[in-house]
Amino acid sequence: MITIENLNFGYSEKRLLSISHMEIKEKQHLMILGKSGSGKTTLLHILGGLLKPVQGKVLIDGTDLYSLSGTEMDKYRGQNIGLVFQKAHLISALTVKDNLLLAQYFSGIPQDKGRIKEVLNTLNLGEKLNSKVRQLSQGEQQRVTIARALLNNPRLLLADEPTASLDDDNADSVIQLLKEQAENHNASLIIATHDQRVKDAFDLQLNLNEQ
Amino acid sequence: MNLFLLSWKYIKDKPLNTFLNVLLMGLGIAIILVLLILNSQLEENLSKNKRGIDLVVGAKGSPLQLILANVYHIDFPTGNIKLDEAKALTRNRQVKSAIPLALGDNYQGFRIVGTNHDYVKLYEGSLASGDLWKYNLECTIGTNVAMQLGLKIGDEFFGAHGLSDTDLDHDEASYKVVGILEPSNSALDNLILTNIESIWQVHEHTDEEGDEDHDNHDHEPVLGSAYETGLPEGGSDAEITSMLIQFRSAMGAVVMPRMINSDTNMQAASPAFETQRLFSLMGIGVNMIKSFAYIIIVIAGLSIFISLYNALKDRKYDLAIMRSLGASKTKLFIHVIFEGIIITTIGGVLGFLLGHGLVEFLTGLYEKSEAIGISGMVLVKGEFYVLLISVGVGVLASILPAFNAYRTQISKVLAQE
Repeated sequence: MITIENLNFGYSEKRLLSISHMEIKEKQHLMILGKSGSGKTTLLHILGGLLKPVQGKVLIDGTDLYSLSGTEMDKYRGQNIGLVFQKAHLISALTVKDNLLLAQYFSGIPQDKGRIKEVLNTLNLGEKLNSKVRQLSQGEQQRVTIARALLNNPRLLLADEPTASLDDDNADSVIQLLKEQAENHNASLIIATHDQRVKDAFDLQLNLNEQ
Repeated sequence: MNLFLLSWKYIKDKPLNTFLNVLLMGLGIAIILVLLILNSQLEENLSKNKRGIDLVVGAKGSPLQLILANVYHIDFPTGNIKLDEAKALTRNRQVKSAIPLALGDNYQGFRIVGTNHDYVKLYEGSLASGDLWKYNLECTIGTNVAMQLGLKIGDEFFGAHGLSDTDLDHDEASYKVVGILEPSNSALDNLILTNIESIWQVHEHTDEEGDEDHDNHDHEPVLGSAYETGLPEGGSDAEITSMLIQFRSAMGAVVMPRMINSDTNMQAASPAFETQRLFSLMGIGVNMIKSFAYIIIVIAGLSIFISLYNALKDRKYDLAIMRSLGASKTKLFIHVIFEGIIITTIGGVLGFLLGHGLVEFLTGLYEKSEAIGISGMVLVKGEFYVLLISVGVGVLASILPAFNAYRTQISKVLAQE
């Protein structure tokens, strides 16, 4: 489903990482491990269509991501890739509902309040529909970002350090939640983390420290 | 959800900031609009009232005062001139027509003007009902006079000496309303027109107060000697206030004023020249206030720019997230531009309401403003440019922040957490 070919990437010319070939099959999940500065966020951004690699190709379901034009790429990303970050980056001027409507609007799919309610309900956020983001707890905010990432039924769910600021119990449950939701939505889940507590959650691992 | 709504929600999220920016913008626009409304209406009305008058001849004094009193009926007359001297002047070859005026009385603040029917023709006045005056002490009144005082045809009233309504009444001879004019948006609307002899007659009564055996009881109406055109018959000491003169050719404008000012006891003033002078005098003040208003608008623009620019620092994550959700660069650009435009447009609309409201409020405060035909409830030329300016300021203030939003590097911003 996701194929990486001859990928070269890194912060600068000095420190380039390369992956000659890698494939993630349908419903397979990947854990990218590495300490800070190892390039895992960079790799995640490349897979998410946020950053053009120095060299190489990323194919998702046969679509060569970086052969798309800027606007096509934006649209593709909005419709097929869900992103979850360490901090819950929600738009605090808006309500929960508006944050999710925005995800539908920007990706160019029809705005559907029924779908929003449905996703919020699966994450136990049903009654927060009209709350302002500022009124939510940290945990609730992170679940809203997960809801937003899943809203458009993405093929690929990317999570960057989703557990870094959480305690042991919550770290575990967030990983379980992501995994569960990804499976419910038939999406592949890729998590980048340096968190030792969760590294064994998936069988498929890519350790950038060893490169 | 759409870009406009998104921008609007961001604006609503910072109500105080928005309020300040909208207020600044609104004040700037309001001041400019007030000036624009006053200036254009004043100019329009002044030029309408001086139409067809090449020269005003009256008693010596301030030429500007002569024009203001006899053409616009807003200042006091400079004095009187001898009827004989005025008559002599009308025989000059250069004079095409001359309309005599006799001022000095009022009724409830509206001026009573002794003149002839040419004066009505000068302003293309027409009758709404009744007739023009013919007999002495008959009068035809302007539309505002009829409306505000509730006068009807057949009503009688006593004029008061002077030009303000606090003066003593001439309670011997009463005027009788014989006609009411249609609105003409000129000086006619606020005047009570009658024969010059009527004015004389009223004043004679005052002069001979207590003279019981005078023809006080003689109410036989006397036909005016020149109610249609020309100057009335009068004794050697008869006086009028002024004469409105039209020249036969442009040559008159060259010869006549000098001749009148140096060879007679009268003074000649050109309405065109004097109003021009008035406007250039007022222009200095108007321009200063206008510059002040533009400075306020620039400050409003700057304030919007600064708040957008600062907000953008906090919002770079928001923008990066929007990009990651599929928003194109152009959409972010438009989103920020919208924010600027929405604020300045609200400011513009506020300024529009404030400006017109203020003029309307001021005209209510000063009675004279109605006499020169100023109202806040009209649109004037150039007003839409001002609203265009407000949208322009919005674009200008937000273009740099919008460009920054356009350039948001998603990956870099998101990796900075």
